[in-house]
Formats: sequence, structure tokens, C-alpha cells
Amino acid sequence: MASTTKPIDRAVAPQPGLLARWRWTMGNALIITRREVRDSFRDWRIVAPIIILTLGFPSLAQFVASRFSSFVADYGADIVAERTIPFLLMIVGFFPISISLVIALETFVGEKERRSLEPLLSTPLTNTELYIGKTLAAMIPPLIASYGGMLVYLGSLLLGELAWRPPTLLVVQIMLLTTVQALVMVTGAVVVSSQTTSTRAANLLASFIIIPMALVIQGESAVMFLAPDAESPNGIGALWAIIVGMTVVVVLLLRVGNSIFKREELLGRSIDQLNLRGTIRSIWQHIRAVDAARTPAHSLRQWFWEGVPLSLRRLGLAPWVVLIVFSIALVGGFLLGQQPAWQLPLNENINFADSADAFGGFFNLPTQTGVMNFILWNNARVLLGATILAFFTFGIGGLIITPTFLLIGYLASQILLAGYDPMILVAALLPHGIIEIPVVFLASASAVRLGAAMTRPPAGMTVGQGMQQAIGDTVKIGVGLVLPGLIIAAFIEAFITPSIVVAVIGG
Amino acid sequence: MIEVHDLTKDFDGFRAVDRINLNVPAGSVLALLGPNGAGKTTSVRMMTSILAPTSGRATIAGFDVVQQPAQVRAHVGVLTEQHGLYERMKALDYLDFFGQVYHIPASQRRQRAHHLMERFGLEFALDKRLGEYSKGMKQKLALVRAMLHNPPVLLLDEPTSAMDPQSARQVREAIVELQRDDRTFLITTHNLTEAQSLADSIAIIRHGRIIANGTFADLARQFVGDPIMELHINGHVNGLTKDISGMVDVQASGEDWVRYRVAEPRTTNPALLRHIAGLGVEVVTLAPLSQTLEDVYLEVVKEDEAQEARQNGKHD
Repeated sequence: MASTTKPIDRAVAPQPGLLARWRWTMGNALIITRREVRDSFRDWRIVAPIIILTLGFPSLAQFVASRFSSFVADYGADIVAERTIPFLLMIVGFFPISISLVIALETFVGEKERRSLEPLLSTPLTNTELYIGKTLAAMIPPLIASYGGMLVYLGSLLLGELAWRPPTLLVVQIMLLTTVQALVMVTGAVVVSSQTTSTRAANLLASFIIIPMALVIQGESAVMFLAPDAESPNGIGALWAIIVGMTVVVVLLLRVGNSIFKREELLGRSIDQLNLRGTIRSIWQHIRAVDAARTPAHSLRQWFWEGVPLSLRRLGLAPWVVLIVFSIALVGGFLLGQQPAWQLPLNENINFADSADAFGGFFNLPTQTGVMNFILWNNARVLLGATILAFFTFGIGGLIITPTFLLIGYLASQILLAGYDPMILVAALLPHGIIEIPVVFLASASAVRLGAAMTRPPAGMTVGQGMQQAIGDTVKIGVGLVLPGLIIAAFIEAFITPSIVVAVIGG
Repeated sequence: MIEVHDLTKDFDGFRAVDRINLNVPAGSVLALLGPNGAGKTTSVRMMTSILAPTSGRATIAGFDVVQQPAQVRAHVGVLTEQHGLYERMKALDYLDFFGQVYHIPASQRRQRAHHLMERFGLEFALDKRLGEYSKGMKQKLALVRAMLHNPPVLLLDEPTSAMDPQSARQVREAIVELQRDDRTFLITTHNLTEAQSLADSIAIIRHGRIIANGTFADLARQFVGDPIMELHINGHVNGLTKDISGMVDVQASGEDWVRYRVAEPRTTNPALLRHIAGLGVEVVTLAPLSQTLEDVYLEVVKEDEAQEARQNGKHD
């Protein structure tokens, strides 16, 4: 049987050239895509809605648009009709792509459930080829239906009694929106699928995609009715902003998907059971650890001098990202303040010595203690909020404090423009800022790293293990540096900074 | 062809495979036996570069499973425990798809698919959807898929478990034929008779550890003792048992038969026969009592359980 044939050895990627490798990757990915698309079109549960949503629903939408237009025209509310027609175009485009979620869940977790993924994983295809192939396969049929539906709707509007000519830019925007929405749902479905082994569980978790997407659609609807791009200030269109924002989400989800769609992750998980005790134990080990082998600290001193620096080293690029963003905000705020349109009408002849008297009632222990507690609570709450937000936004939420730096830059420019003594700003910020700013910087970097850990787990770790390590490090930095720093900064801000400010403005 | 050194796999603190060592030369068959959950599938997945080992090393067809995963998978054919076929596809399309994945030229793909389907008696079902296939047919098709790119190494998980006797024989014959062509096999199975008939060597895995490894003869000798021979004579045994007890280890005797254990039958048996003939006793038959792999397997597992119990007792 086999003696006539030598082993076939052509399945491994050629080495030379980035372009050649990319062509090879796409070629392999498209083998998967072609099979899956054909398979999707063999499934009546996918084909039937696609046909209905491509042909039936646009016709219905066109009928509604024409009836609605003539109805509102009778009451002189033409603007409502003007905005309903493009809104329906968006809806006609969105309905078919909602199927992409179903296909993606089926493609990824359905294959896992039917155990048909393992033969595919045993082939020389790389993780990336499989991921791209399956992502495209989940997107192509719904997008064809979506574009088809929009074409039918637009065609019927153009040729129908309304004879509506859509602005080209709007059509482009809606097509782009539709495409990024499909991408968000498919890439989100990969992340959801990786956490489950059954379609039932995946469908339950899919609400994490459906609910935010429903909110986005509502937001887009509001934009289309209330603030169309043509009426936006400075030509900044809200729809463009949504497209850009969703594209960022797609990039982040693609990163998460690419790090999750690994053979190890797909086959290593066999049950949908949350091992809460094991997870907490692992995080606790990371919190106590003084080295990569998770050796627990034998004293508080060792934990602080060895354990905390270990976590700081693991922040990787996050401090640089935070430094760049905060610096841009600071400089941006300063430059914005230089623009005549943004300058505050400040009184140049203000007598600060009078203001110093207003501090008279401040300097007593109960008031200052109250202020210190308020500052501490407020700062801690904001940084904790940023950390929690970062966890759910791939790290972006960790930068929520950025507007503060924009404001500091802006205020600095206003003080200088008004000709006030710059020492006032220095006195008001520097004494506690010298501690508070690095602490805020550190907390933000830690939060960014925590969220980003999901998109790129450390080498040799699964996403779950990477997250446990990141949570452990965040707690360590929070308890070891951020919290003590905030307490000291709040004390200085309540007890020392006011005295220095009074000394400076009082001459 | 398959070389495994201290291969280990941990899952969240649980050790699924514990420092296993295997060596399967080209053109031979290794049967990997063990109870459910012993670590067989995890071991196979590491050997196909699907799971990364926690520690240790393995090379398949000369390629390292960690450093050269794509090469490993290109040179291995895998029959998974669950066949995982795409039920809406037709067999020919299904094989064509995997042929494309392995970059087999279009003409060869079709030719090879037809050839293998015919070899396994499935040529009549080439245009059938896989959802219409019986369980045994699905298993044969999965085997065809594993052999499609003509890999030098085949890792087969329960290759005949769902098959009727005729189909199972077809598969065994195919394995023997491919083995002659220098293909290397690692088979995991619960069918011990099949393992005994096919395998050149046997490894038994339990709780992630290889607890026995060698040829059947070696394992049988090690775990169930030397071969047992049964001698039938013409007449009554009477004093014969005593006469031969100096030469062999007599285990039992009856009216006209004696059963004895012998370490070196090749030299001992002729000497014994000469001795008996010298006594004027006529020999009717002399044959080995068959030792089965099942005896060996059960003995190995029993011994390991006992050892484990002793260790647990020590710890308590």
C-alpha cells in the first residue's frame, strides 16, 4: 500500500522572505476559510436567516422608510424622515452581521465540542493560520449578507418613489461600521469560546458581547438622529470616533484572540469549572513571592526589598506607555491653554496676600485631618476604579487619570499667561506632588499592565496564569508602594502644602 | 524514530505525565497501554506538538516537538480518540481538504484518497456525507485521514475500537504492511490481544508514569515468570516428576502430564527430552502454555498498586 509513495513533506512554511511567509500563512488560512464558509452555506439555520435578512428585511425597511417619510411630511417633520432613512440603512446592515456571532461561536466552540478541532490541530497549520482562517470564515457569510442587504435597500430607495440619494461618505461610514462591528463580535466570540467547552456555555457568555454591542448600536442611533456628522463641530464626526474606537477594540481583541487561540489553551482546558480556591491560592503565592519560582518572603523586609521590586520589573512597557500618555496630556494641556479661544479671563492685578487670609480657619487639627482623609479616600478610590476599569478594558482604563495631567498643563499655562508668580503652582503641587505623582504614575502603570496581561500572557503561561501573576503584582505594588505613598502624600497635602502656599502667596 | 526523554506535563499543579522515557525505532510498533486517565492521550498530544511539555524532551522523525512543531506535525499521522469528522462533508471533499492542508498536489490528493479508501473497503462511500457513515466507517475514514500524507510516524489512539472483526483485521493488516515499509507506530489501545499481535514492544503507563517497558517476552518473564511448558506422556507420570525436578521447576502434574517452568527452553527442553527418552518414557506432546498480554498487564498493574499502597503506608 504505502511502499509506492515517499512521505509527503511539503506542508511546512518556507523560510525566506516576509512576503512569502505572509502569502503562505494567508494561503493556509484560506484553506480553512473556504471549507468553513462552504460548511456554513450547507447549514439551513445559517442560510435561511441570511436570505431573509438580505432580501426580505431590506424590502420591509424600504417600505417602512417610504411610508414613514410621507407620514411625517404631512406634519412638516421632514427632518425625521431624512434621518430615519440612513438609520434604517445601518440597521439593515447590522442585522445580518449579528449572525457572525452565532457562526463564530459555532466555528470555535462548536468544533471543540464535537472534537473536530483536534485533527485540525494535529496538522502543520500554525495557530495564527487557524485563527485567521476561522475568523474570516465567521465574518464572510454575514458580511456578504450585510452588504447585500444594504445594496438591496439602497437600490430600492434609489429606484423607488423616494428616489433618495445617500451621501457617499455616509454609506462608507456605515459599511465601515458594519465591518468593525462584525470584527468585534467575531474576535469577542473567540475570547468567549476559549473560556468554554460547550456551545451552551458560550451562548451564555455571549451576553458579554451582545450587551455592549446593543449599547453601541443605541449610541450610533442617537448620533444619527441627534448629531449627524455634517453638524458636528470642527468636522469631528461622532460616527468616525465610534469607528476609530471600535477599531481599537478590534485590535485589542485580535491580540487577546491570538494569544488565546493556541493549541495548549484549546486542549488544555477540559471542563468549564472555576477553580476559585486554586486561583486564589495562586494569586496569594504571587503576592508573597520574592522570585519567579514563587518563593514566599520570610519577612516583611524581604517582601518589600525583593518581592515588590520583582513586581515592578514585571511592569515591562507599561510605565513607558503611561509616561508618554501623561507627558502628551501635560504638554497638550499647556499648548491648548496657549490658544486664544481657550484662555481664561484672569484678573492680572489680583492680590494674593488677601487670599492668604482666607486660609485662616483651615489650620486646625480636626479640619486638616478631615481634609487628609478626604484626599486619601478620593485618590485611593480613583486609582482603585482605574485598576478595576483597566481589568475590563485591556489596560486602557488604567489611563483614566490622564485628564488630570491635561488640566495641570492647562492651569500652568493660564497662570503663566496671566503673569502670576509660577511659584504659586509649584508651592501648590510640588510638596505632596513629589510623592503623589510618582505614586499615581506607578498605580496607573500597574493597572495598564494588569489589563494588558490578558492580551499577551508571559512566555510559557496561559492567559489565566498570566492574569493571576498580574493580579498578584498589582496587589503587591498597591499595598507595598501605592497605599503608603498615598497616605504620606495626603498628609503632606493637608498639613504642609497649605502652609507653603500661604507662605508663597502671602509674600 | 520516536525518542522521548523524561517527558513531563503538569496541568495547574496536577502531574498528568511524569518523566516518561520511550524509544521506538523506525519500522516498529509500540503499544502504549494503561487505564483510562493514565496519561496516554496527553503523552500523544505532546508527541504531536499539540501540548508543550512542562519538562523533558522528545523527537519525532528527528524533529524536536518544542523547537520544530510544524515539522513534527507534518511527519506524523494522528488518529485521535474522538474522530472529529465534519459530518456535513462528503468523504472525498473531507480528504481533499486535509490533502490541501498538507499541501499534497491536487492530482496526488485524489489518487491517494481513492487508493486508501479502496484499501479500507470504503470506496463505495466516497460520495456519501460523513453524517451517514457508521461508527466503524468513521473510524476507518479517520485512519485514512491520518495516513493521507504518508507520514513516517503514525500515532493511533484505539485504532480498531469501533470496528467489526473484518474491518479490524483490515486495519491490522495495513499496520503490518506499513511497518514493513519502515513506518513507525505508537498505538494506544485497550485491546490487549491486538496489542500483543502487533506490537514489537509494550509500555504500560499508570498515573502518568511508565511502570513497565519492553518486549512482550521480556515483560512476561519479568512479571509472570519464565515460560511454562506442558509435557504429555504415553502412560502414567508416576516418578517422572521427581526425576526431572532437578532440571526444571515443576509447577503441577496430572495423570499423564507435567507442567514446568523453564528459563531457557531452547537449551533445556532438548536436554529434558533426551533424559526422558533415556528413562524409556514416550513423549506425546510438549508445548508452551500461552502467556497472554492480559496476564502481564494485570500483573504489572497489580504490582504497581501494591507498591503504591506500601508507599502510602509509609507516608501515613
